[in-house]
Amino acid sequence: MNEFSVLIGGKAGFGIDKASLIIASLLGQLGYRSYIYRDYPSLIRGGHTFSIIRASTEKVATYRDQIDALLALNQETVDLHKARLKGSGIIIYDSDSVNAGTVSGVKNAIGLPLTSIIKEEKAGEIMRNTCIIGAFAKSISIEWNTLDATFRKNFSKELDQNLKVARRAFDTSKEFTALKKLAKERLPLVTGNEAVALGLVRAGLKSYIAYPMTPSSPILHYLANLAEEFDLKVVHPESEISVIMMALGIVYCGHKVAVGTSGGGFCLMTEGLSFSGMAELPVVIVMGQRPGPSTGLPTYSCQTELQFVLSAGQGEFTRFVIAPGDAEEAYYASQLALQISWKYQIPSIVLTDKAMAEGTYSFDIGSCDEIKEEAAALWDGRPPYKRYSNTDSGVSPLAFPGKPGVVIKANSYEHDEAGISTEDPAVTVKMQDKRLRKEKYLAAELENYESVKVHGNKNSATALLCWGSNKGVCVEIANMLNLKVIQPVIMSPFPAGRFRKALEGVNKVIAVENNAMGQLTKVINTYGFNVNASILKYDGRDFSLEELEDRVRKVIG
Amino acid sequence: MILNTNAKNTWCIGCGNFAILNAIKAVINELVAEGLPVENIVLVSGIGCHAKIVDYIDVNSFYSLHGRVIPPATGIKIANPHLKVIGHSGDGDAYGEGIEHLIFAAKRNIDITVIVHNNRVYGLTTGQYTPTSPEGYKGRSTPYGTKEMPMNPLEIMLASGATFIGRGTSGAMESLKKIIKEAIAHKGFSIVDVLQTCVTYYNMYDYYDKRVYELKDHDPYNYDQAIGKIREWDYNKDAKIPIGVFYKRESPVFEESFKPSGAEGRDRSNGIKKILAESV
Repeated sequence: MNEFSVLIGGKAGFGIDKASLIIASLLGQLGYRSYIYRDYPSLIRGGHTFSIIRASTEKVATYRDQIDALLALNQETVDLHKARLKGSGIIIYDSDSVNAGTVSGVKNAIGLPLTSIIKEEKAGEIMRNTCIIGAFAKSISIEWNTLDATFRKNFSKELDQNLKVARRAFDTSKEFTALKKLAKERLPLVTGNEAVALGLVRAGLKSYIAYPMTPSSPILHYLANLAEEFDLKVVHPESEISVIMMALGIVYCGHKVAVGTSGGGFCLMTEGLSFSGMAELPVVIVMGQRPGPSTGLPTYSCQTELQFVLSAGQGEFTRFVIAPGDAEEAYYASQLALQISWKYQIPSIVLTDKAMAEGTYSFDIGSCDEIKEEAAALWDGRPPYKRYSNTDSGVSPLAFPGKPGVVIKANSYEHDEAGISTEDPAVTVKMQDKRLRKEKYLAAELENYESVKVHGNKNSATALLCWGSNKGVCVEIANMLNLKVIQPVIMSPFPAGRFRKALEGVNKVIAVENNAMGQLTKVINTYGFNVNASILKYDGRDFSLEELEDRVRKVIG
Repeated sequence: MILNTNAKNTWCIGCGNFAILNAIKAVINELVAEGLPVENIVLVSGIGCHAKIVDYIDVNSFYSLHGRVIPPATGIKIANPHLKVIGHSGDGDAYGEGIEHLIFAAKRNIDITVIVHNNRVYGLTTGQYTPTSPEGYKGRSTPYGTKEMPMNPLEIMLASGATFIGRGTSGAMESLKKIIKEAIAHKGFSIVDVLQTCVTYYNMYDYYDKRVYELKDHDPYNYDQAIGKIREWDYNKDAKIPIGVFYKRESPVFEESFKPSGAEGRDRSNGIKKILAESV
């Protein structure tokens, strides 16, 4: 068996998230690579929440609808997901809460009285999740030692109690199949958010400011926990407006800073984004997309903010926008964003989506590109210092308050080279030209980067066009159907030349996007490129492998 | 030090902002004479007539957005606690669009000073009412008079946990300088509400002249006395208007909650790899 998918489901509050991480970690102990798809409603307790853990011998970055094992902590999970189970699939359920009749058609079924076991062991109700994992491990013939080691890695408290309940289920379960152990290096599990956070840290982040908002809040939590390890100042202020303005104050002092949010919070940040463009204060904004308009579906996924981030903020200014497609790309993208921001003194946006941000990947840092840190353009010390001196590249030398002999004036108004407000028409044009000139140099530098990635069969005349988290599913489909994949990663300045090159030999372009209006399609239209067909999905769920395969087959005929 | 820039001053003749400009320049000169390196001073302003003050003073400055004086001032202080961060804000800025930030700055006790140029009118946008305009104020957006009561910002600041609260006027220069200097010297969040007259849209010189008096025998460390004096005039009723330092309290400051962990300069690449390896 080259891959194996497990669905675990129950109500929010049942510990589904933790359980899915342990399952992926368990399969990781056997050498498998994983992707975890998370599906949960916006509430704290109740509703229906589930995760699909897809493990494979090769790197995966999407989920399958079809599953090999169903772990049901309640009746609803059986009712909603039984149809996904393969004929050879295994179902393990809590016989205290699931009607056995509803699983009677399943060949490999095992009901365990989880609620009773928990009671007998005087364990918390939440431990039904680790109990069912014990049974699952046995069902795929994982040795107790492997399970024991996985638990020890994943629990800092109540380890013994968790092991005890898992052991009871392990001993009463049955072996249905055996997953072979792979001779592969084991990889850590990292979410897209965590990869972004680590990339920022790697590129010299000193401070992270954010107001909680799904799907980006985990970056705030993760970095708050790493603050001591990397000497970070992590702040959660009163609003997103405060977030970006506080960040700009920090930048003014020479500290590398990033902020994180989703569309709604980004709306509030746009005044600060525009200010960053005017005052040339480098800031990185991590923008995790979720469906709108407005509050939309807070905990689900989409790709609807591309056009928003490309044009957000009043006025015209240079910005860098990058949209990574998986954890490794996210690690690289956030480094590059911080670097480019500081090199050009412009705002950068790392555009993620919930599928990637909260999706979990087996992360191979060894396969990631790393940036070589470049020093910022600092003032050489020769007076007079002018914060906004009009240079050839448009990039002016930096100095930070506290430096003797220098007066540093950041200004949201149009200003002269010294940073003093002006309404003079000639100075206005000169300064606007200076700021916009940076884009030309940035675009030239980006020629050296893989700003448009090509995957699959590079000679195929049919190409899937995708961006963000759709990379994983599109690459798999392309490999299966012998297609090419074109994935723009840098969205601003748009790499039109490289995009044209990627299109060479292609006569049919099929855009795959998680939105209703074809946002990337619209972007490429403005550069004179067109698509022949669009596969759009906008129900808040990203494409499963089967669904996209089916839809691509229909288009290619 | 002269502290002038080559920017042309565009305030109206008689504008109360001149008094604040002269006061802050005098205070900066005194602080520098007493040993504060001038490069460690940062002025932050919002948008409006008051905000131009940063163009007129030759020290570090951050000309921010309307209502957004406090968050960058906070960021600056967090990034570099050695800096003296002095925010200038209008009453629309501080008490209108930016009030949430003001309340949170007081709550956090971040060590910055906020000087509010409170002329109780929107000047640069031609005379509309502000959060501290009296009830019935007739401006261009309220031709029949406002139907709202003004807020008493100092009472809000006291309730929010501000550790230094003062009030001055543009008509009492010497007193204003003293209050501002004391506010800047205070370790913690300090706010000085300056009754600053707009000669064009809301000329209150005579009104204030008749009512303003300096606090005497007042113990700013006494909360009850402070609240009594803060409530004596509520920005609406026709009462005596005290100026001076109303309230003072010592309390830990926010920026000191970020203690350097000793990780500065450590190899981050290895740190990241270690974290990843430990989680396998």
